[in-house]
Amino acid sequence: MSLIHASAAQLLTQLESGEITSVELTKACLAQIDAADKQVGAFLKVMRDSALEQAESVDARRKKGEKLGRLAGVPVAIKDLLCTQGETTTCASKMLENFVPPYDATVIAKLKAADAVLIGKTNMDEFAMGGSTENSALGVTRNPWDLKCVPGGSSGGAAACLAASMAPLSIGTDTGGSIRQPASFCGVVGLKPTYGVVSRFGLIAFASSLDQIGPMARTAEDAAILLEAIAGYDPHDSTSANVKTPAYSQSVKQPLKGLRLGVVKEHFGEGLDSEVEQATREAIHVYKSLGATVSDVSLPHSKYGIAVYYIIAPSEASSNLARFDGAHYGHRTDEAAMLEQLAQERAALEAAGDEAGLAKLDTSLVRMYRQSRAEGFGPEVKRRIMLGTYTLSAGYYDAYYLKALKVRRLIRQDYDAAFKNVDLVIGPTAPTPSFAAGTKTDDPLSMYLGDLYTVTANLAGIGGISIPCGFSKSGLPIGLQLQGPPLAEERLLQAAHMFQTATDWHERRPELS
Amino acid sequence: MSLSQDDVKKVSLLARLLLTEEELTTMTGQMSDIVGYVEQLNELDTTGVEPMAHAVEQFNVFAADERAPSLSRDEALANAPKRDDECFRVPAVLGE
Repeated sequence: MSLIHASAAQLLTQLESGEITSVELTKACLAQIDAADKQVGAFLKVMRDSALEQAESVDARRKKGEKLGRLAGVPVAIKDLLCTQGETTTCASKMLENFVPPYDATVIAKLKAADAVLIGKTNMDEFAMGGSTENSALGVTRNPWDLKCVPGGSSGGAAACLAASMAPLSIGTDTGGSIRQPASFCGVVGLKPTYGVVSRFGLIAFASSLDQIGPMARTAEDAAILLEAIAGYDPHDSTSANVKTPAYSQSVKQPLKGLRLGVVKEHFGEGLDSEVEQATREAIHVYKSLGATVSDVSLPHSKYGIAVYYIIAPSEASSNLARFDGAHYGHRTDEAAMLEQLAQERAALEAAGDEAGLAKLDTSLVRMYRQSRAEGFGPEVKRRIMLGTYTLSAGYYDAYYLKALKVRRLIRQDYDAAFKNVDLVIGPTAPTPSFAAGTKTDDPLSMYLGDLYTVTANLAGIGGISIPCGFSKSGLPIGLQLQGPPLAEERLLQAAHMFQTATDWHERRPELS
Repeated sequence: MSLSQDDVKKVSLLARLLLTEEELTTMTGQMSDIVGYVEQLNELDTTGVEPMAHAVEQFNVFAADERAPSLSRDEALANAPKRDDECFRVPAVLGE
């Protein structure tokens, strides 16, 4: 098998035995990026020189017999919202187009300590807000399986670079489905761990109680290897879970005996595409043939997931994104032009004798904030900041935000009840396969409804994984989702691996000219 | 519930966003749609349900009161849109 299509597990074995070098592997990935990324657009930045330097250093140290990290020499792509010291970190936003972080996110530090080769920064929806990567202000990413279609989002570049064989591993983040849905759309594996398993330090926050970083790969085994490298308690993130990191890369290959799967009734209702339903039912059948027992479970409050999410996530976002004010870093409006405009407005109000208007006129600092943010943020980010500001504002807090927090608990209780009887719940990742670019951009609510099966895991804080389970007649990948109780990542990965030993959906690759 | 353009304008000041008239119109429609959608939560009786702010139980984490290295002044100012040798520069706050 050629280097670019091989799994990280295979590559690590070949690197360790000396059959291949990291420089050869890194060059092969870079060549594939050169060949295919003009069409796909997975990367915002290819870190060509530093990647090759890192690969050379790993090869040299290996030659000397030094002890190397667990990802030594393997290229990893990074979603462009993890602070990377000395490398621009943009969140695919004009606001941060030139932002160069002065420190590494914990996940980046861990990848460096594991001797991974950081190959580039991948495209995403601006500030991770979206489900198609069409909200990126800095680039267009397309689905490698059909270049007319979106890769999903917000980790669209992270998923597309795997499908297009540009890197064997990539890092995504998931606030409402942003790892699992693009994994589903691009036919790769994406795991959203339990909240707290991976440190969020250095992740540019969207909704802090929901955000979680996770591994994306082409096989469950590779996702396990990557998770093992990035997971763990971090004193820099007071919400990180203080638990011992399991040896995911070892346990992933042990099949689960007597696995009890619960089919989520509510995930097979209105809005589910018939081909997705069929592929999911067939996948459940595969598990039966592997010895799993299957029963129906109900998550009665899951239908409220989107409503709860679109109160909580924008509320947290409006607060988190308040820091982007053009004062300390990020985009600032042209001050001279801004002051000139403000002077003209004042003169007009004075000429009209409009005392009320003058009293309401922005001060120059407030106008600097407002104008900088208006220019730096795209429409979806503005919409969510506005929504969150509204639902948190005086008079509406109880009606929206507090109500949403209560329903959030009901959603979690549904899961707790389900996991008394089953080990994992199973269903589709997304209601449809990928869709043509441009078809949903004018209707935010319809885009939001695509997160129906994934958001509840974020609200409950539990883990979920998407794995390829088939293709539509038009050749687009379909994803299967498994969700587990808190800290059941080993079980999720084992179950995903079992499925991949019995199927070959994950081995298919798109034909890119 | 339907939002008025005036409501949205007020929120835009709170949110420190300057929206054009066109944006205000689009935003008013879209926010009304989304707020209308989330109001389905009102059909649920949540009396006595404890709000859940975080997915995992949260504990206070205390850091030791020790001096540790931090960013140098130059590192901290490196991304400033406007600066001098020592400070971030912003438009005048006082004297307007």
